[in-house]
Amino acid sequence: MKALVVLALLAATPAMAANGPAPEELVTLKPAAGLEVVNQNCGGCHSLDYVRMNAPFLNADVWKAEVTKMRNAFGAQLTDADAAAIQKYLTDNYGPPAS
Amino acid sequence: MPAQSLNRRSMLLGTGAAALLAHRAGAAALNPALPAGTREEAITVVLPGKQPLIKLSWRPPNYETPLEGFTTPLTANNQFFVRYHLANVPTEAELANWSLTVGGEAAGSEVKFSLDDLKGLPVSEVTAVCQCSGNRRGLFSPHVPGVQWGIGAMGNAVWRGVKLSDVLAKAGVKPGAVEVAFRGADGPVVEATPVFRKSIPLDRALDGSVLLAWEMNGEKLPIWNGFPVRVIVPGWTGTYWIKHVTRIDVLAKPLDNFWMAKAYRVPRGVFPATQPFVTQDNEKTSPITEIIVNSLITAPLDGAAVGAAGFTVRGLAWDGGQGIAKVDVSLDGGANWDAAALGEDLGRFAFRPWSFAAPAGRTGSLTVLARATNAAGAVQPAKLVANPAGYHHNVIAAITVTAG
Repeated sequence: MKALVVLALLAATPAMAANGPAPEELVTLKPAAGLEVVNQNCGGCHSLDYVRMNAPFLNADVWKAEVTKMRNAFGAQLTDADAAAIQKYLTDNYGPPAS
Repeated sequence: MPAQSLNRRSMLLGTGAAALLAHRAGAAALNPALPAGTREEAITVVLPGKQPLIKLSWRPPNYETPLEGFTTPLTANNQFFVRYHLANVPTEAELANWSLTVGGEAAGSEVKFSLDDLKGLPVSEVTAVCQCSGNRRGLFSPHVPGVQWGIGAMGNAVWRGVKLSDVLAKAGVKPGAVEVAFRGADGPVVEATPVFRKSIPLDRALDGSVLLAWEMNGEKLPIWNGFPVRVIVPGWTGTYWIKHVTRIDVLAKPLDNFWMAKAYRVPRGVFPATQPFVTQDNEKTSPITEIIVNSLITAPLDGAAVGAAGFTVRGLAWDGGQGIAKVDVSLDGGANWDAAALGEDLGRFAFRPWSFAAPAGRTGSLTVLARATNAAGAVQPAKLVANPAGYHHNVIAAITVTAG
């Protein structure tokens, strides 16, 4: 019976149809100072797996360049303080391990 | 069902919640050279209408084809990779009233085409590899930022449609035209983000090689690959192959936007092209254009056990349209090379299958390499040609097998 319920749910899931939007699961980044600013400003235009996928090899300069690209090229509306908080969060949590 | 956060452990443990996430297909077989974060992030997921692909990002959707999708020289539509820059992706329903407008400052007039209008023009077909410029970026060492693709941001299909040159002839091209620009129905989430618009040289647009295709391997295009019509630029990387194309402009000046002037650039002179895109060159960089010679080993799998009585190495080779002249295989890490047998020739822009019968007698750990050479004599390098954006990865690939 339980198996039947599961099968019915599988059949009804939009992801199984030939048409429909791409599935998406919420990506939860590491809890740390600055995460709220990241969640508020970054996740509207792209899923946050972009961050985890690009880890852990981007140093502070490259994470800064990425945030600058999002502001200057992609039009992210960030205050300087928010941009700095995002850079710090990304570097501290998704940068190369401290040597 | 709302999107849920789910960590890998709960999926592996097979909790009830995991079982209900029907789009999850399983863990992907991933190259250990990929970044650690990518290896954690990449799982196999079923997009509507697709077989399981390797998910790199949910939104915009970026999915690559697993290795098993390359065991045939034509890539199945439902295994073909998916790549979007911007997250506003149209649905098939939203494209029901699709039309294409051709115009621009250097066009004689503006003409609107329905799909039936296009199908009324002479039909043309090409078998061609669509490869993302950043395919194998994730294998760069040192790593560079961007979508961390493995080997599967590419595919080969039979594309059927009309010649761009025939469509442009309906609108007319004025003297002084330099480029032809495309945009599609997909777009950004916020207005400040530059729309994904790309151009090609006028010569290329008029030479009859570029198609506007509505059919892929005998079927309509999957939504994820550009339904109802996409641009096909045989031999050039995927960035020019605009999906869901809705607008074509004949330009009197080179297109100057983020996607042309800042993105998709390579250091000037490092990757010489047979047909350079000179109107987009600047002092230091050139736009990426032609696919460079490359190959992939599809069998045996890396790490496999093979028989001491001999085994067969198989794979694909391709380039930007010169055609593959030969593929050499080494069983000893590059000390000795022997020619593989080339398989069916599906055209100079297509994947060329190859195979090599490794003779009996070898035992122990073997490093197997494949190295393609194209008809112009270009050969895959042993060492990565570094470039900041992580394009054109065509280093000779190695697998290790154990014979015994």
